[in-house]
Amino acid sequence: MAATMLARQRNEDIRSLSLAGHVGFDSLPDQLVNKSIAQGFCFNILCIGETGIGKSTLMDTLFNTSFENDPASHYETGVRLKAQTYELQESNVRLKLTVVDTVGFGDQINKDDSYRPIVEYIDAQFEVFLQEELKIRRVLHEYHDTRLHACLYFITPTGHSLKSLDLVTMKKLDSKVNIIPVIAKADTISKSELHKFKIKIMSELVSNGVQIYQFPTDDETVAEINATMNGHLPFAVVGSTEETKVGNKMVKARQYPWGTVQVENENHCDFVKLREMLIRVNMEDLREQTHARHYELYRRCKLEEMGFQDTDPDSKPFSLQETYEAKRNEHLGELQRKEEEMRQMFVQRVKEKEAELKEAEKELHEKFEKLKRHHQEDKRKLEETRANLDDEMSIFHKRKAAAQMLQQGGQASAPPTLKKDKDKKNFL
Amino acid sequence: MAAEKLNPVRNLEGYVGFANVPNQVYRKAVKHGFEFSLMVVGESGLGKSTLLNSLFLTDVYSAEYPGPSLRSKKTVQIQQTRVLLREGGVHLLLTVIDTPGFGDAINNADCWKPVVEFVESRFEEHLNAESRVNRRPLRDTRVHCCLYFLAPTGHGLKAIDIEFMKQLHERVNIIPLVAKADTMTVEECRQFKKQVLKDIQENEIHIYDFPEVDNEEDSKQTKKARASMPLAVMGSNVLVDSNGRKVRARVYPWGLAEVENSEHCDFSVLRDLLLRCHLQDLKDVTNTVHYENFRAQCLAGLAGPADGTRPRSSLGRSPLEQMESERHEQEGRLQRMEAEMDAVFAAKVQEKMQKLRSSEADLVKRQESMMNTLEVQRRDLEQRRRQFEEERQSLEAHILQLEQQANTGLRTLERNKKKNKIF
Repeated sequence: MAATMLARQRNEDIRSLSLAGHVGFDSLPDQLVNKSIAQGFCFNILCIGETGIGKSTLMDTLFNTSFENDPASHYETGVRLKAQTYELQESNVRLKLTVVDTVGFGDQINKDDSYRPIVEYIDAQFEVFLQEELKIRRVLHEYHDTRLHACLYFITPTGHSLKSLDLVTMKKLDSKVNIIPVIAKADTISKSELHKFKIKIMSELVSNGVQIYQFPTDDETVAEINATMNGHLPFAVVGSTEETKVGNKMVKARQYPWGTVQVENENHCDFVKLREMLIRVNMEDLREQTHARHYELYRRCKLEEMGFQDTDPDSKPFSLQETYEAKRNEHLGELQRKEEEMRQMFVQRVKEKEAELKEAEKELHEKFEKLKRHHQEDKRKLEETRANLDDEMSIFHKRKAAAQMLQQGGQASAPPTLKKDKDKKNFL
Repeated sequence: MAAEKLNPVRNLEGYVGFANVPNQVYRKAVKHGFEFSLMVVGESGLGKSTLLNSLFLTDVYSAEYPGPSLRSKKTVQIQQTRVLLREGGVHLLLTVIDTPGFGDAINNADCWKPVVEFVESRFEEHLNAESRVNRRPLRDTRVHCCLYFLAPTGHGLKAIDIEFMKQLHERVNIIPLVAKADTMTVEECRQFKKQVLKDIQENEIHIYDFPEVDNEEDSKQTKKARASMPLAVMGSNVLVDSNGRKVRARVYPWGLAEVENSEHCDFSVLRDLLLRCHLQDLKDVTNTVHYENFRAQCLAGLAGPADGTRPRSSLGRSPLEQMESERHEQEGRLQRMEAEMDAVFAAKVQEKMQKLRSSEADLVKRQESMMNTLEVQRRDLEQRRRQFEEERQSLEAHILQLEQQANTGLRTLERNKKKNKIF
């Protein structure tokens, strides 16, 4: 701000000089503007609301064109986001508008996870931008920004209060996107009910800590109008692309048997206010807030998640180089450690297994030794038995021989041999 | 995101209001204020301070804040002066960077080094600020433009000029100026400019090229300006009366050299181009070209291994991604190594167990064969014993028989003896 510039000037050694004539740098803002017109602008709106609440119609009415949207069915199994980009031009200003619609929001029986696809989509756009910003070779000035700059949250005109789905969803989104709540189909609420409804909604948002987008009041030129509009939130809108003749003009309106609701009549609804605030006065601020606040928050969280810090424990600020070096060294150190650990583990396993196998081998040998011993024993016994047998057999053979001789002798002379026999008998 | 429809640009059927966005941008820009860093380089006495004062119509340099030529030191210094200027509601914080001592020594080797270091340090500061986790709104302190003063020798670029410009043309927008244009005649000036341009081209130096503009009036101006590059300028701190107006001019015995007269010098062209038309463009080129080149160089050095070998494709990714993928790679390698070691281990164990089992089987077989032999021998023995027993039994029987016979024989004999009294 120029104010802060003056403050800086006082604090630092900056001289303030007056010019002796027209230098010409007052064209700087024009130079900037010309450049941005040449580049073109882009704006991304997210529309959240139940099926049939009038999101597409409102978009058509806001941008005075028909965006060719097929009405969605009520039978979607989950919430999904559909994005479409359009190129619009008004006088010499080109706008690349992306409208993101939530198809199937509020249609399921179990709506616990309805907000999830939305949050994921928003985060995904931030992620894409972050990746682009972190690339080595990047083209940020030509980059098509897909981050969501504004979120129109369509509130069902029950006349009582916000639904719990609304509160939950808005709470999840308020730190990620600029939320502008609008009361849809405002032509179904009477003026007094509407007033009460608005108060109820705002108090519920405050008591639940939901931070909706506030139109900025720090720039004197628009501070007043923004402050007034802040008091009219949430805007009660009616959308229509059909035109009817009122008086002698063709106006956008909805015709009922009891009257005609004129979209651009400020007494009938807040459509004009919404258009003023959203497009005419604060579009640039919405973009800035998205970049400076929501994106920065996402970026900060993401980087911290990845382990980056700004300062080391001695609170000396890191330079980029140091940060990356430190990170890389950390990784390398960790990997080395893991490798070492693995090696150690293997050495251990090998040792263990070796010991096991040795044991088994020893056991086997012992077993075999035992068996061998038994075998030797058996063999010896067998040998003994054989020796015995051999002995007996030799004795026997001698006897046999003697018996045979006796037999022969006995036949020759019985009596003399008798004596011999007796002897023999004794002998036997 | 759904694929972008290549719609023809739609024209709207009524008032929407985003044509007002440029005004919003204007408003915010004015509120924010502008910054610009201008570097002036040249030998002492070329009129740099005077030109700056003339350019901004104020005393950037004065008796209290003397110009670089009056502060010349032994070595080249880099010094900054910051002034806040206001015009038409627009605040401009101008930082003037000068280099007292440049080209003044006898040996001017490396006199461009401090300048290069300064420019790069500014880039580095910006890079660090941009890469912090907690970012604060960035102040742009990078050097947006360098006015390089050429001495009006009439002959061409000097060696020091060529060296300086070659070192800085990839880092800063260089606008070469012919200083003290009032010392040359029109023809001499034209020749000098031609020679300088030729020298610049031969040495492949990229000086700042004023861009094309869309609107007619500026376009004519730009064309005229480009035809008279490099601009021959002069400045003056002195206001003189001329034809009833007060003009900045240099007073000579033979006439008045008016600074802002486009027939006398190119000063007004410089001011228009530099300040009125392309100040923002200088900042943009610094941001999108010079700074991005520096950043890419810096980050390319960080992301990969220190030995500098890196596939070309890595330039499309962020160093973060690079590190992540490196880490994945290394982890993969670790895993593969682990798997390998596992496999080797298992194979070895298998081998050992196989051996053990086979030796066990072997032993069992041997054992069995031994037992079989033993068994056979035993059976053999049994059979022999049986045979032997049989024989023995038959022998015993036979002996018994014989004994009986003998007994009967004996009894018979005894009977006979008793009967016969045989001897």
